[in-house]
Amino acid sequence: MTRRWLPYPILSALLLLIWLLLNQSIAPGTILLGALLGVALAKVFGLLRPPKARVRNYPLLGLLFVRVVVDIVRSNIAVARIILRRDSRMQSGFVAIPLTLTDHYGLAVLACIITSTPGTIWVSYDSSANILLIHVLDLVDEASWIDSIKQRYERPLLEIFQ
Amino acid sequence: MSHSLLDAAILLAQILLLLAMSFSIIRMVRGPRAQDRVLALDALYVNAMILLLTIGIRSGSLLYVEAGLIIALLGFAGTVALSKFLMRGQVIE
Amino acid sequence: MSHLDALPPWAAILVAVLVLLGALLAFVGSLGLLRLKNFYKRVHAPTLGTTLGTFFMLAASITCFSVLHDRPIFYEILIGVFLTLTTPITLMLLVRAALYRDREEGSADVPQAPPHE
Repeated sequence: MTRRWLPYPILSALLLLIWLLLNQSIAPGTILLGALLGVALAKVFGLLRPPKARVRNYPLLGLLFVRVVVDIVRSNIAVARIILRRDSRMQSGFVAIPLTLTDHYGLAVLACIITSTPGTIWVSYDSSANILLIHVLDLVDEASWIDSIKQRYERPLLEIFQ
Repeated sequence: MSHSLLDAAILLAQILLLLAMSFSIIRMVRGPRAQDRVLALDALYVNAMILLLTIGIRSGSLLYVEAGLIIALLGFAGTVALSKFLMRGQVIE
Repeated sequence: MSHLDALPPWAAILVAVLVLLGALLAFVGSLGLLRLKNFYKRVHAPTLGTTLGTFFMLAASITCFSVLHDRPIFYEILIGVFLTLTTPITLMLLVRAALYRDREEGSADVPQAPPHE
């Protein structure tokens, strides 16, 4: 019964939360409408037949989140410096990274992390060879970038999703 | 004292944001390629959204926040459509 | 003279600092859009405004309205949620479109597509 009406409880709860925030009220009517919307939209989402996501390690997910926030702050400062210094010797370029991560949700999270961090951007992913192509603004040492992406992000993602 | 400081800070922030928006517009006009123009349009949207937040703080009205929310969503839809257009020359595959 | 006078001094200074930091980051991001030399370099610049720039401005707005209305008002956070969800998607699509166009033209500056595609 619960499975039938509430296939994605976390998604429904998040939709309800967004609805309450948008309306800025916790009147019973708003909660009722929000709950209805949450359940209905989660069922619509189910029609898309998304692949099943399994998070194995919630504490590690929290740790990864903190690490990403710190990295975003640090690379904001680094990129701002690069722009203000107007350094013409600065080299940027593409880096190909061989991945071991294959889980779709893990790859999606990795894409968001790399793109949200200023200074690196996800360019393309070759699913048959499992090679990721990113572009780096301040490329000094290719091997150290490959190493840091694999150590800092891919390893925890492997433990969380795979 | 602290309030004239706040007024000055908001004014300075708005000037900076207007300059940021004009930089985006210059990049949009200059190009040189279509993807540069789309990127500049996206940056323009975000700067406009941030500017609306400062106007909201200055005028004390929460309505500006809602306008900012709408701009953020419309900017996303617009940029996605334009990128798709660049990729295949047509919006819907 | 204005509603902002109702803010206590600590909040006024905090909001002033946050507003300035946010605007400064957005400004530097757009400056990068103008200064950097090619598209793949320029694509990194606006991320400054969409990550920390927006964050500081949202923090300023949340502090200001929460103190003014004497209750927590934090639905500005929705802007942050939408922006963090959508920015990676737009940038990735745009870079892929640029790469596709450069490869079509046979540009030497971009890595070629893998042979089996």
